[in-house]
Amino acid sequence: MLIKILTRLVGGGGGGVAAAPRSVSFLNKTFRNYSSSSSSSSSNSSSVKKMTVRDALNSALDEEMCADRRVLLMGEEVGEYQGAYKVSKGLLQKHGPERVIDTPITEAGFTGIGVGAAYYGLRPVVEYMTFNFAMQAIDHIINSAAKTNYMSAGNINVPIVFRGPNGAAAGVGAQHSQCYSAWYGSVPGLKVLAPYSSEDARGLLKAAIRDPDPVVFLENELLYGEAFPVSDEVVDSSFCIPIGKAKIEKQGKHVTITSFSKMVGFSLKAAEILAEDGIDAEVINLRSIRPLDRSTINGSVRKTNRLVTVEEGYPQHGVGAEICASIVEDSFDYLDAPVERIGGADVPMPYAANLERMALPQVDDIVRAAKRLI
Amino acid sequence: MAQLTHRTSSLLKPLSFALSSTRHLSSTTPITVETSLPFTGHNIEPPSRSVETTPQELIKFFRDMALMRRMEIASDSLYKAKLIRGFCHLYDGQEAVAVGMESAITRKDCIITAYRDHCLFLGRGGTLVEAFAELMGRKEGCSKGKGGSMHFYKKEGGFYGGHGIVGAQVPLGCGLAFAQKYSKDENVTFAMYGDGAANQGQLFEALNMAALWDLPAILVCENNHYGMGTAEWRAAKSPAYYKRGDYVPGLKVDGMDAFAVKQACKFAKEHALKNGPIILEMDTYRYHGHSMSDPGSTYRTRDEISGVRQERDPVERIRKLVLAHDLATEKELKDTEKEIRKEVDDAIAKAKESPLPDPSELFTNIYVKGYGVESYGADRKELRAVLP
Repeated sequence: MLIKILTRLVGGGGGGVAAAPRSVSFLNKTFRNYSSSSSSSSSNSSSVKKMTVRDALNSALDEEMCADRRVLLMGEEVGEYQGAYKVSKGLLQKHGPERVIDTPITEAGFTGIGVGAAYYGLRPVVEYMTFNFAMQAIDHIINSAAKTNYMSAGNINVPIVFRGPNGAAAGVGAQHSQCYSAWYGSVPGLKVLAPYSSEDARGLLKAAIRDPDPVVFLENELLYGEAFPVSDEVVDSSFCIPIGKAKIEKQGKHVTITSFSKMVGFSLKAAEILAEDGIDAEVINLRSIRPLDRSTINGSVRKTNRLVTVEEGYPQHGVGAEICASIVEDSFDYLDAPVERIGGADVPMPYAANLERMALPQVDDIVRAAKRLI
Repeated sequence: MAQLTHRTSSLLKPLSFALSSTRHLSSTTPITVETSLPFTGHNIEPPSRSVETTPQELIKFFRDMALMRRMEIASDSLYKAKLIRGFCHLYDGQEAVAVGMESAITRKDCIITAYRDHCLFLGRGGTLVEAFAELMGRKEGCSKGKGGSMHFYKKEGGFYGGHGIVGAQVPLGCGLAFAQKYSKDENVTFAMYGDGAANQGQLFEALNMAALWDLPAILVCENNHYGMGTAEWRAAKSPAYYKRGDYVPGLKVDGMDAFAVKQACKFAKEHALKNGPIILEMDTYRYHGHSMSDPGSTYRTRDEISGVRQERDPVERIRKLVLAHDLATEKELKDTEKEIRKEVDDAIAKAKESPLPDPSELFTNIYVKGYGVESYGADRKELRAVLP
């Protein structure tokens, strides 16, 4: 195990963008002749292409639906409303109502239907308006989807994607703000992904849809409108990011900061502030909650000797707790200071703006924690 | 998509005695049988009570049901001998539903059920050895010993399990029907559930969507009148389960009569392919308790149980029909039962020889694609594996 980590340290962690080779099978494709609205992002020919996360997800869905007739999208308002957050804009017009399905507000029912369709061999993408509502369907995600390949000893696999916004939005209160990464991340049989940038969104969603196992895809509502630069490779329809590999967003040598989803942006800002004080932080974008890229994280901490874990969700039994345990188990001698955890406050999300701000990690919190370690 | 191979049922044995006899009927001469009771329809005209069959089918019904009965009784003994662990939910008494349904459909149609799944598995082409080995947790089991009694599957035979969470199988079944329609397969799905599950909210959620989208889904309520220890009148304000679909038509069927079941399933399949979902309520009975942990006599009287056995036993009904149509003698049927007993005993012996799964199987089938990820045992420094 030690040897494995050391060799991977040399190889560096993540950042690679492998385009997975794929044979595309076209079954009877029926394109309805609705108005062909382009659903891809801005493609200006100036030096750097930028794409919003929303467009990244939209284009990924569109391309995967074009490539494989078995892929379909179901959820509330995904069709005629163009998506509650417009992520599925234009897809109904392009692919038709058989493949973009508006469901009634019955999460347990439509999740079960999605999983059953996956049993038969289709590749459904089930959208939740937020993962708070997925709690109504969690039995199907865990007991019907995650465990079935194991219980059937491989007879029935479940190639399904459960996606939607996770974590806090802005001012939506206690029942609409929980982060579920730790809950789903603990379940064997699931893969759990958390994109940050548009590159992440495109590459991970494509990988998730192509994956033969159930994937929980945790997006973030506040990131949908954020634009990121994307290379030509990212925009190509075969682009895919490997599942289970973290990305080192910024190299550093004094302290490792692990984060995922929106907190990656906060961690990068914190790294800028720390740099002003001569502290060179390494920021890791986990991308994959399960499988967790333990070797990249351990490799980084063995280099920097200090770790701050950052997440939006409740810290108890959280992702940071697992990362801390992993470091203590595998890289204890490399730590020069205890592990610091930054997470959401141990309270149901309050509504008042000042309390809400206190309930969520802010950039200052990450900076302060890193400084405590130096 | 589901891969489907038409396989001769392992339950079908050479009809040596029927053919070698001097009986006037050939094995395929059509015979008409009347169902014991008329069907009751909800928002639909019920089918006729006259059911077409053949001597071959009658004998097959007898054999298949007797085999299922014997398998379940043998499982009772194995459980008491502690060779079967955990939960074991037996189907004896309900065989007519499995056998009647199977005779009306093909292996391209799908069946999904809850945990009382051993006999349905057999009907879909599962073998006795696969069943017993799975019950005893051995590697020759249909789920390699990793599933257990409640998790039998056979995708290639159109059997999708085998589910432990009451009611979950109904939306899953509607999902199978959705996929069949999406793939333009012209086949249907039978999603089976009990009177206990009939009150589940997710059932109504799924039924709403099945009706909205005209899915070829047939919801089959195997009403054995007890949800574990709770009688139907204590759990349901309206125990007329065939009517609970409201806007979805329903049919009440004598579930102890294999021909009534056959007729109803044939009727339902035609309906579902044209008009969307329909509910079938099978009025049936289980002789055992809810599971092997339940004696089954604290909430029912022994008189009730023996009364059903005397008046309505599904195997006895077919035996009487076979004798009435002069297709076999009493002795021949008893010999068949002896053959079946031996077949079951041989299968148990073979299953007992099968070893427990290899320890490495602890970590297999978690994912189809494991990406070389590590998985850990109880002591993560001691037991770990790389998932391929």
